[in-house]
Formats: sequence, structure tokens, C-alpha cells
Amino acid sequence: MRALVWHGKEDIRYDTVTDPAIEDSRDAIIRVTSCAICGSDLHLFHNFIPAMLPGDIMGHEMMGEVVDVGHGAQSKLKVGDRIVVPFTIICGECDQCRRGNFSVCERTNRNKQLADKAFGHATAGLFGYTHLTGGYPGGQAEYLRVPFADATHIKVPSGLSDEQVLFLGDILPTGWQAAVQCDIEPTDTVAVWGCGPVGQMSIRSAILLGAKQVIAIDYLPERLSMAEAGGAVAINFAKESVLERLNELTNGKGPDKCIDATGLEAHISHHHPDSFIDRAKQMMLMENDRAHVLREMIYVCRPAGILSVPGVYSGLVDKVPMGQLMNKGLSVRTGQTHVNRWTDDLLRRIEEGQIDPSFVITHTVRLKHGPDMYRVFRDKQDSCIKVVLKP
Amino acid sequence: MTAMTMLSDYARSAGDPKVVETGRSSLPNVDRWARNLGWFSLALGATELFAPRAIARSLGMQGREPLLRAYGMREIGAGMLTLSTEKQTGVWSRVAGDGLDIATLLAARRRNNPKRDNVGVALALVIGITAVDLVVAQLSTTCHARGASEPRLYHDRSGFPGGIAAARGAARPRALAPAE
Repeated sequence: MRALVWHGKEDIRYDTVTDPAIEDSRDAIIRVTSCAICGSDLHLFHNFIPAMLPGDIMGHEMMGEVVDVGHGAQSKLKVGDRIVVPFTIICGECDQCRRGNFSVCERTNRNKQLADKAFGHATAGLFGYTHLTGGYPGGQAEYLRVPFADATHIKVPSGLSDEQVLFLGDILPTGWQAAVQCDIEPTDTVAVWGCGPVGQMSIRSAILLGAKQVIAIDYLPERLSMAEAGGAVAINFAKESVLERLNELTNGKGPDKCIDATGLEAHISHHHPDSFIDRAKQMMLMENDRAHVLREMIYVCRPAGILSVPGVYSGLVDKVPMGQLMNKGLSVRTGQTHVNRWTDDLLRRIEEGQIDPSFVITHTVRLKHGPDMYRVFRDKQDSCIKVVLKP
Repeated sequence: MTAMTMLSDYARSAGDPKVVETGRSSLPNVDRWARNLGWFSLALGATELFAPRAIARSLGMQGREPLLRAYGMREIGAGMLTLSTEKQTGVWSRVAGDGLDIATLLAARRRNNPKRDNVGVALALVIGITAVDLVVAQLSTTCHARGASEPRLYHDRSGFPGGIAAARGAARPRALAPAE
């Protein structure tokens, strides 16, 4: 089959690889009908996430049709079923899964010993990601083996298009969880840093959850226009002071809730002098992540507010102002998304027409054009916000 | 397929796909050239940093070793930048460094320098490399630019089929809904 394969920094290739095979009775194989490039794929593209190996298949947003099922998964899946695959692989039985903490499933990370050393305790296995999370082949491919398939799937009802449901596997529940973690109240102002796909979903989720005001912070006109379309007030940090505008919009109080949908690759610019220092440190392996957004959120947030962090961080960050964080009594909520905790509810909202996540798709191309689209997405060319690939 | 790709198969299970044949890459040729220049910078910088006396002797620049060491540091910095994701900045910093190298070599090409001929050869080499740096810097900048055309705006993409007014608060827990 053909797949998009990581070969090193900025080197993703459209390769011929062997077909996946069922290894365990709980496995299933799907024929991928749609997959997407996620913002966090760019962190792998840039080699900021450790423990990638040449030959790893990319992709953790995918869906398709079941073509083979192990006998242990046949009670839940059958050949021909159409499923979205959540990016977190879950057993559905361990203590964490029973609590709904699916992204920290205790059984699915097949490199548990390595992850225990890196994180203290292992987290769930993830598709198309680092070997610290199991090194499972991803879904930017024609076929995908889904481990623990009896639990790791979202069945799709007929009548909904791939584009409407594909993002149930990652960015929609990620944006939703980011907003839910904010405990939004009707009087709240929610500020969202980064208007990429997760930021867009966070904005829609905050609107649905009833925030009084949602503020979107970015510098790209296409992303800010999409944020405004979703009901947000836009702040272009390249043209105006984020602090001054936030104070104007909140009567000097600051946003009650802040969402970091940017993560470890905060934009480097003269507007953010700390971003230059972070980048230099990153280059000299003195720091993993560029934490400008975290610092800014801590500074501007209203005291007793909540910081929700769906953006991906990989390791160590410097100069996090713990004094401000502690004295202002801020709460920080973060984590990889517990996808299946939210998907029944979100699927119902899609079916009822409350939200249609396909709004975020700006480019749809064949899988073979994937290597070029990684570059287009990374370089923010052609007003690209979200790429869907068709194998 | 590289040796590393084949070696990494040992980290995969029996049912995991393995690379059979590699295809088109996301890395354009100009970025490969930039990487080669980055590695060249690191090698040259290390030589200037750790063997300045040999370079100074061959160019008749005895006594200027501290300057050569400083240039070595500069070259290593440029190499790191060129090998990073900010490769355009890295290659342009090489161009700036080339300018400094040319100025320094021109100053060393004085008549009483017994190694004047060596300086001439070095100058020719640096001018040649400057030309390559300029071409790669320009091509890389063009390749990764956002483009001159106006960005498309997506004001028509709310994501709410029923409109924003209907969506606002639609998922709000009932206990939090404002009183009618």
C-alpha cells in the first residue's frame, strides 16, 4: 500500500509499504477513506517530538471502512462498518478508561517501559506519533491496523459525509475538551490563542457552551476571518497589543478563561522578544518548547481564572512565571484529549445540525500530494488551514 | 531507503507496515542544498575554532587567531540556523558572513604578505561560495514565502448550520442558562 512516511526533519515521503496485518484478536483493519494533517503533525515534521524513527507512518486523524476484524472485536465491529478512529488507542477496561480518562489508558502503550522512564507513568498509545506513545503506524495511508478495535472506534451513521465526522477523531473533541475544561459560565470571556484547526473548534465549542464573549488571537488574516465567522472577536497580535485589546474588551479585568491552542511552536516574531530566546535555546537543546503563549495567558488572565491547554508541549519550558500563576490563583487544565469521553455527545450535535466541523477544511487532495501539502500547511501558503487527504 | 529506515524495522511489530520503496519527499531540493551548506558551515566553523593557527599561517595572518576563532563561532551559529527550520535566516546569515570573510581577506591581501597568493585562492573560493549562498538563500526564501496574493478570507464559514445566534449557548448546561 501507499503511505506518508516520516524519514527525518521536514522529510515526509509518499512511500510504498507492506500492508498492515492483524496481530491480536482485538485488532481490525480499515481501508482509509479520509485522513487529515493535524497541527501536531507539524511538531513531528519539525522533529520537535522526541523518539520518532525513520519509517514511521504519519497521521492520527482518519476514518474508513472495516475490511478485516479479529475474532475478539467481532462483537462490536463487522466488515463493512464505517468508523472514525480516535487518535488515542483505548482498551476500554482499565481503571483510567473506566473513569473516562481515555488518553491515559494504562494498557495500550506498547512501549510502556520507555514511557514510564520519560513521563513517570505511561500514557495511552497514539496513532502516528512518537515511540514514547507506542510508535503505532498512523492513518495517512491506504490501510490502517486499529489495535483494541472493539473499543477504539466511533461508528458513523449513514447519511453523514466523511467531512462531517472525520474530525470526531481529534480536533473537534480536542477543542470541545479545551472549552469544557474552562467551566464556562454565561458571564465569561474566553480568549483563544492560535486560530488553527484546534483553535477554531475551541471557539465554536466556547460559543456552544454559552460564553458571553470569545476572543481569538492570531496574526493570519485567513484564520482570523474564520474565527470571526464562528462568533469570535479577533485580535491580530502583529498589528495591536494583545494586553491592551484584552483589557478594552473586558473592562480592564482580563479574560476569565484562556485557551492555548498553539502549543510548543509559538510564533517567532519581534512582537514577542521571548520567542527569539526560546528558539535559540531550542536550537542549542537547552529547552524543548517555546512557551510565549503560556506566559502571556498567565499574565493577562483574570485572577482566579482557568488556563486550558490543548496545545501540545513536548518537554521542558523555561521562564514560566509561577509567581503570577500562584498569586493570581489560576488553575491549569491540560492533557491529550479523552476522545471517546465526548464523541457520543458531539456526534449527536453533528446529526442535529448544531455544528458542522467541515467548515474548517480548506484543501482536499489525493494522498500522493501529502508531502507537498505538509509544506503548504507549514508555510501557511494558499490560505491553508486544514488539509484532508484522500487515499 | 536509508540504513536507518531498515534498522528501525526492529522497533516494529510483525503486523506493522514496513517501507518497501521510498517516493516523493516533502523536502525540496533547495532545502537539501541549504542543509549541505549548513553542514559545510559547521565543518568550517569547527576548523576555524579549533585550528586557527594553521589557517592563520597559511594565509599570512599570524596574530589574528582570536578573530579566526570568532569567525568560527559565527560560522557554527550560521550552520545551526541553516540546519534548523529557520533555514532561510541561516542561509542569509551565511551571506552576511561571506561579506565579512571577503572584507577580511581583502585586508590580508596586502603586498607585504608572503602568503598573498594563498589569500587570492581563498578569496576566489569565498566569492564562489557567496554566489552559491545567494542563489540558495533567494530560492529558499521564494520557496517558503506565503506568496504575494491576498489571503482568502473565510467570513462565510461559521460551522453552525443554524447560525451563530442559535448556536450560542446551545450546549450550555440547563442549570447555567440565564433566567427567561
